[in-house]
Amino acid sequence: MKKILFTGLIIGAMGITLTALGNPANMGFCIACFLRDIAGGLGLHGAGAVQYLRPEIIGLGLGSMFIARAKGEFRVRGGANPLGRFVLGFAMMIGALAFLGCPLRTVLRLGAGDLNALVGLGGLATGIFCGVLALKKGYNPGRAVAQPASSGYVFPGILLALLAALLLRPGFVIFSESGPGAQAAPILAALVAGLVVGILAQRTRLCMTGGVRDMLLVRDPHLLWGFGGILVAALVGNVIMGYFQLGFANQPIAHTAHLWNFLGLTVVGYAGVLAGGCPLRQLILAGTGDTDAVITVFGMVAGAAVAHNFGLAASGQGIALAGQIAVLICLAVLSWMGFGQGLTKSKKEAA
Amino acid sequence: MHKLDVCGLSCPFPVIEVKKALEAGQLPLEVTVDAGAPRDNIKRFAKTSGLKIKEQAGQPGTFVLVLSKE
Repeated sequence: MKKILFTGLIIGAMGITLTALGNPANMGFCIACFLRDIAGGLGLHGAGAVQYLRPEIIGLGLGSMFIARAKGEFRVRGGANPLGRFVLGFAMMIGALAFLGCPLRTVLRLGAGDLNALVGLGGLATGIFCGVLALKKGYNPGRAVAQPASSGYVFPGILLALLAALLLRPGFVIFSESGPGAQAAPILAALVAGLVVGILAQRTRLCMTGGVRDMLLVRDPHLLWGFGGILVAALVGNVIMGYFQLGFANQPIAHTAHLWNFLGLTVVGYAGVLAGGCPLRQLILAGTGDTDAVITVFGMVAGAAVAHNFGLAASGQGIALAGQIAVLICLAVLSWMGFGQGLTKSKKEAA
Repeated sequence: MHKLDVCGLSCPFPVIEVKKALEAGQLPLEVTVDAGAPRDNIKRFAKTSGLKIKEQAGQPGTFVLVLSKE
């Protein structure tokens, strides 16, 4: 408990520090936002305000890989329903961009007084509850098996290529000139923060959907301590730095469409349980040789590209009708997978 | 000795399978697990269930947990 609480406190403190160093408000860390920025930086979507190769993501994956290797936990595995995992990653991103943040940013937003995040957390818990119900009804995630050793280095290799592109700035990479994508902490600080959080999150198994899930399933509060640590550090840090502002309206990079804040994170919680972890956890697992988690991350990047190309992502002004429909479609697909054996093996097929 | 192989299952399935086995009275239970997170979860779950946990070396890349009554 002590280790995971400490990890939570460090992550919360780093979130505030990265914001102070230049990251967008209440976005010291956000897995969904940063993957979306990377998708934009690579030209996969054309939203000019959110294009940057975020070093935090590179650090998270590499930090996780280094520590997993050092501790003998780097194991190349996969094949537990990769297409299903892609769809789950895709849905996670559609939901996160309807709310404007992953569960990690939700806690950072709440720590800054953004009450829309409280609505979102209600949705997240509801989604986790739906996922747990699906598990109890017999949802089958499939079983991973050993994969070729070289497959485990594809993801770290991609991260190193992104780092090279960030440093060398070749012409095909796009960097926002204004908006959140142009707001960034110095590369070295962001990279180190990512590495540290990657190491800590790998060791403690921190997961933002796992806490509520484990409480519901086996009355295990372990992961909730990490969640609590992030909130406390963010709250204290925001008050000290003068960022704290309680209320719903005029919160940075947030909207007040309550229903869609709620349902957006319902999708993230639901998909997070079916995929075995939140966006942060998927990134950490991807670094440890879990190729299904790599596919989930690819799904998130694809989801970000589609969300911005098709106008599904929310903005500070709210969420368009297309985005609302996309969230409802995601909920339907997740229920099809969770309860209707969509994209998953039936018990008979699995036997 | 009852045996349970939870290798390759994503969280939280390993601990769910252990819970099911314990509810079915399968003790002592030998669980083979292949990743750190489920190993930690199962150990925590067994501890809060008041069980004794013995960890043994398994095949390379796996851990074997033997759960039994105190």
